[in-house]
Amino acid sequence: MLDIRNLTATVGGKQILNGISLAVNAGEVHAIMGPNGSGKSTLAQVLAGHPAYEVTGGEVLYEGRDLLEMEPEERAQAGIFLAFQYPVEIPGVSNAYFLRSAYNEIRKARGLPEADPLEFLDVMEEKSRIVDMDAAMLNRSVNTGFSGGEKKRNEILQMAVLEPKLAILDETDSGLDIDALRVVADGVNKLRRPDNATIVVTHYQRLLNYIVPDYVHVLAGGRIVKSGGKELALELEAKGYDWLVDSDEAPVAAGAGGAAR
Amino acid sequence: MTQAYVEDFTTTADGGAAAEPAWLAEARAQAMARFEAVGFPSTRGEDWRYTSVAPIAEADFRALRSASGEVTAGQIAPYTFGHPEWPTLVFVNGRCAPELSSVGALPRGVRVLPLAQALREEPALVERYLTRIAGSEQPAQAFTALNTALMQDGAVVLVGREARADQPIHLVYATDAYAARGAAHLRNLIVAERHAEATVIESYLGTGEATYFTNVVTEVEVEAGATLRHYKVQRESPRAYHVGTVEARQERDSHYVSFSFATGAALSRTNVYTVLAGEGCGATLNGLYMVDGDQHVDHQTRIEHAQPNCFSREVYKGILDGSSRAVFNGKVYVHPVAQKTDGKQSNNNLLLSDRAHVDTKPQLEIFADDVKCTHGATVGRIDETALFYMKSRGLSRDLARRLLTYAFAADVLETIEVDEVRVGLEQLTLERFTGE
Repeated sequence: MLDIRNLTATVGGKQILNGISLAVNAGEVHAIMGPNGSGKSTLAQVLAGHPAYEVTGGEVLYEGRDLLEMEPEERAQAGIFLAFQYPVEIPGVSNAYFLRSAYNEIRKARGLPEADPLEFLDVMEEKSRIVDMDAAMLNRSVNTGFSGGEKKRNEILQMAVLEPKLAILDETDSGLDIDALRVVADGVNKLRRPDNATIVVTHYQRLLNYIVPDYVHVLAGGRIVKSGGKELALELEAKGYDWLVDSDEAPVAAGAGGAAR
Repeated sequence: MTQAYVEDFTTTADGGAAAEPAWLAEARAQAMARFEAVGFPSTRGEDWRYTSVAPIAEADFRALRSASGEVTAGQIAPYTFGHPEWPTLVFVNGRCAPELSSVGALPRGVRVLPLAQALREEPALVERYLTRIAGSEQPAQAFTALNTALMQDGAVVLVGREARADQPIHLVYATDAYAARGAAHLRNLIVAERHAEATVIESYLGTGEATYFTNVVTEVEVEAGATLRHYKVQRESPRAYHVGTVEARQERDSHYVSFSFATGAALSRTNVYTVLAGEGCGATLNGLYMVDGDQHVDHQTRIEHAQPNCFSREVYKGILDGSSRAVFNGKVYVHPVAQKTDGKQSNNNLLLSDRAHVDTKPQLEIFADDVKCTHGATVGRIDETALFYMKSRGLSRDLARRLLTYAFAADVLETIEVDEVRVGLEQLTLERFTGE
């Protein structure tokens, strides 16, 4: 589904990604872990097409297409979804209106008929249950005045409505208490299907107790320094990141695409 | 450059003097003398620094003095918020058009009539207020002086003690091609007596693309405990000039709520002034201007806190495209006695084009020491972070931009308390930016 080959990227002239290779197949959950500043969020943003990041080398194929040539909205229409670490507040645009616009843009791109407000109401009612969202929040402005937990829940609601093929969760667990974390993780699990894939970017192992990954990759200094199964996350929890970040094996593991695949 | 306007006065005075009360003739003569002395305001003065009225001064717009025009009910319909049954006075090219107006059965204590009729038949109705609220002594008030000298018609709305106008009262000022090169000096008077409550809407529209000049003054008296909601919708012809002044005087515990919606005219200037002259008053002055092309839109507001324990709220927003220009000058003046004043003021502008320009100047002048006042102004562009967020959900750049633009405006439109007006203006704004 997704094939990242030797990807390098900069922001404001500073190199953040130093040659990332990673392959993700349908049905898989990949966790990307790493210390602060390792490039995890940059990778997530680059995959979504954030204009602040400049790709300086490598390539990314998504379902055989050159992802880097696609506009952010084309990526979304093709089934990529990024759950933001810091969801953006949009005062004046109601959640319901925003969701319906996004839903219809994506349906249009897929050659499906658009939903009118009434039809969409049914879609929203069904999807809101997945994240246990109060109907009142749908009429409020997007993320405006939402608590941290409500914002993350709203991201998962968007994901539920848009039904992406590849979901990228960027530190969705940060700032969540255990109850909110459960709701969010449950939502993600309910949306898992054999034909979609999930990349979970996180600093902490905690989330992976709820969203169990097939593969775990450790990012440090802008490259993958180690890949393994879900047990790697537990090892990181016990030992921290230092043994990997400072070790000489880092460059060796950089081409960990094989392990990931 | 003032010659044509002075000539208009001479002929009006000759023709109309017989029918008019002496106090008004005297007020007119004084006002004309002042206008002749000071002429049109120049950009050298602070009040008109960013708006040159040279196009108005040089065009010699001649006063429209008799009924003219071919405006039909069908042309008015789109401007009535879907409620043609509201008490409505329609003015065409500066004069009341009875065949398009329908006041219906008003609640007890409420009067709605054309000024010309009031002056002719019951001048005592307006004598206490007319020309006594709106100032015309300062050079910056030259348009008010000119208006006082030349006014012929307008609306009189009187809401008596404890009366409640249950439906909004709609004043519609339509102008068509027959008014080309002409000036309508309209004068309105709105009085809400003790504990009265009313909503008055002033709608200005051009049915075509004629060049004309609307010079309107609305005097407002809000007596003790009364509430007046006063909405102005300015959608003049794209080649029109519009100068409108609202001067309100508020007695204790009264509430005055004003909203100025401006999208029309080549050049427009809207002044909204209120004096909180009693304790416990509240004033809310909001507005939204949206301009494009070479349009120039200017708002000047003044909230004068003259007594303690009053509050004022002000939010003006602007959206500018093309080479348009906007000016906002908002003054909150707090007298030494006006302790416990609570004032908030903001002006936010969204630029959709590199060529658009805003001059904004919120001003607080505080002479009391126990007050809570804040103000601020912003001029910005579409938020790129929000744009990316929306794009990442599948919205095209264009759609995301239009939604964000609408949202910027919707925020202040939400403050309009009369549902039909709010929904109507939201719809207009939505159409403007999303084509829906």
